[in-house]
Amino acid sequence: MTLTTTKLPPHITNEKLIDMYKEMWLIRYFDEKVDQFFAKGAIHGTTHLAVGQEPSATGPIAALQPKDKITSTHRGHGHSIAKGTDVNRMMAELFGKVDGYCKGKGGSMHIADLEIGNLGANGIVAGGISIAVGAALTSKMKNSGYVVLCYFGDGASNEGAFHESVNLASVWGLPVVFFCENNQYGMSGSVKDMTNVENIADRAAAYGIPGKVVDGTDVIEMLNVTYEAVENARKGNGPSIIEAKTYRWKGHSKSDAKLYRTREEENEWKSRDGIKKFKELLIAEGLLTEEKAKELQQEAKKEIEDSVTFAQNSPEPTIDSLFEDVYA
Amino acid sequence: MYTRKGETEMRELTYLEAVREAMSQEMRQNEDVFVLGEDIGLYGGAFGVTRGMLDEFGPERIRNTPISEAAISGAAVGAALTGMRPILELQFSDFITIAMDNIVNQAAKTRYMFGGKGKVPMVLRTPAGSGTGAAAQHSQSLEAWTAHIPGLIVVQPSTAYDAKGLLKAAIDNDNPVIFYEHKLVYKTSSEVPEEQYSIPLGVADIKREGKDVTIVATSYMVHKVLEAAKELEKEGIDVEVVDPRTIVPLDKETIIKSVKKTGRLLIAHEAVKRGGIGGEIASMIAESEAFDYLDAPIKRLGGKEVPIPYNPNLEKAATPQVPDIIEAVKELVRY
Repeated sequence: MTLTTTKLPPHITNEKLIDMYKEMWLIRYFDEKVDQFFAKGAIHGTTHLAVGQEPSATGPIAALQPKDKITSTHRGHGHSIAKGTDVNRMMAELFGKVDGYCKGKGGSMHIADLEIGNLGANGIVAGGISIAVGAALTSKMKNSGYVVLCYFGDGASNEGAFHESVNLASVWGLPVVFFCENNQYGMSGSVKDMTNVENIADRAAAYGIPGKVVDGTDVIEMLNVTYEAVENARKGNGPSIIEAKTYRWKGHSKSDAKLYRTREEENEWKSRDGIKKFKELLIAEGLLTEEKAKELQQEAKKEIEDSVTFAQNSPEPTIDSLFEDVYA
Repeated sequence: MYTRKGETEMRELTYLEAVREAMSQEMRQNEDVFVLGEDIGLYGGAFGVTRGMLDEFGPERIRNTPISEAAISGAAVGAALTGMRPILELQFSDFITIAMDNIVNQAAKTRYMFGGKGKVPMVLRTPAGSGTGAAAQHSQSLEAWTAHIPGLIVVQPSTAYDAKGLLKAAIDNDNPVIFYEHKLVYKTSSEVPEEQYSIPLGVADIKREGKDVTIVATSYMVHKVLEAAKELEKEGIDVEVVDPRTIVPLDKETIIKSVKKTGRLLIAHEAVKRGGIGGEIASMIAESEAFDYLDAPIKRLGGKEVPIPYNPNLEKAATPQVPDIIEAVKELVRY
């Protein structure tokens, strides 16, 4: 695919393409930094890293308008960054600090930024899907014109809540796009062992809605396919499912020895790095140079370094705050 | 709290009608309020609570859903989080089991785990309780489950008057509220003002004043306790009946005050005694200044530790009945 022969959504300018490139580095460096801190024991709890899955955060979310909303998963740092959530406050949250998005009470799995339409990560597999449907119902009932992009994984597609929610969105014709990041494993369970259809998107037929498979390493394909689905939903044509075939380079969470897959398989996926592919495309199109690419990468790295400083300098929450915000 | 005034139109309304009126009046005023649930449209809901509402409000706001408790409960959470005020009807409170993730892991925790951002103003209305011969999967009283979860408000109205005022308060509240109705109370009537009124959540009601024994009773058990109180009065035992109306928040003050006055406490609920809210109320009294006023050990009556059986005699035997209450009170007085 080349950009000159591909019709991009009208709001995607050359500057936006460059921003998307940098954003993918921001996502990668964020998760790599988090990984380092967990390895050192500097952050407690657990975390789920999406290194390798940057394109499926950046591409689909770039298709959205600012008023559109997302729901995310337990592996959601990238989605938040792509929606415009501030990395300083995200990092502060992982450090459990008061300037974190959740004032240190949520951690990795509960980062949300409602003001910009980030309805939150979710610690329950498939937990965000019915919430996305509800948010889409609000859009329809209030005629707000926004669409909800609902992220979920291959594991979530085997939860009852997934089937109930997609069916509900279909019969009500709601403006929601269900975006499956099929990263091949639900924790240790291979999608091949846990699902007897070739594509999760094939399940769309069961709900009478369109389903499409995309390459999870191709940020432009995901941008275009999502844009079409989102604008269709916005016009009142109802929901659809998009499935991105992708791969998490790291383990499920910090304690994963990855016994269930081979290093060869990992290396094969790493050789198809979506960031590298996007860089090559932008250079081939004359939109980027190697030097500029390096510069952007360094800027992203520095922003993440700065976010760590911000997080470290942020105060601990007071013990009194334990009791705050249980009830509105 | 509503006070009766000369100009107020009072009429007898059933509990079921009171619930419907509370919803309808709120929906006329607030576009954000809508109802979703299974068979709530033309059918009027499993118990007829929403009957006629489709005609007035249309299918957008009286939203008939597929049989999908997991999805519709989550849809209510998502709609509430984005500016609506949904009322979710579950046909039987037993079906809360299928909606539990959304109630416990999502609705109750969203605001806290998001650091105080967002709110989930939804009401989950659902009929609970035994006595209809519906057996083990349609007769439970599961309020203690939800009462255990910080972030939820738990309401159990026992009368038509309370149901209307508490439901308005529940809809107006910015938190997820679990509103347990009782099937056997649906057809009971009491005087209910035509105008809207709100009963604050967390304020108990003394359903009968007395000086000898305090009975804290919830939901349908309030009616049985009042019946027992009449019998006991004939024998010169003066019972005070406290209906907490909401078990979260719990009006501890009113219960403590009553126990200090009578020196004897019986707690009666239909839910299984083991792990029931009665244990919580008993502990609360044991930890309070009212403990020193007790002239007898606290007594609890609750459901037997069995699933609710089908046979009518067995079904009755599974939950406290009027003679059980009378006997328990007499034991307290004799102590």
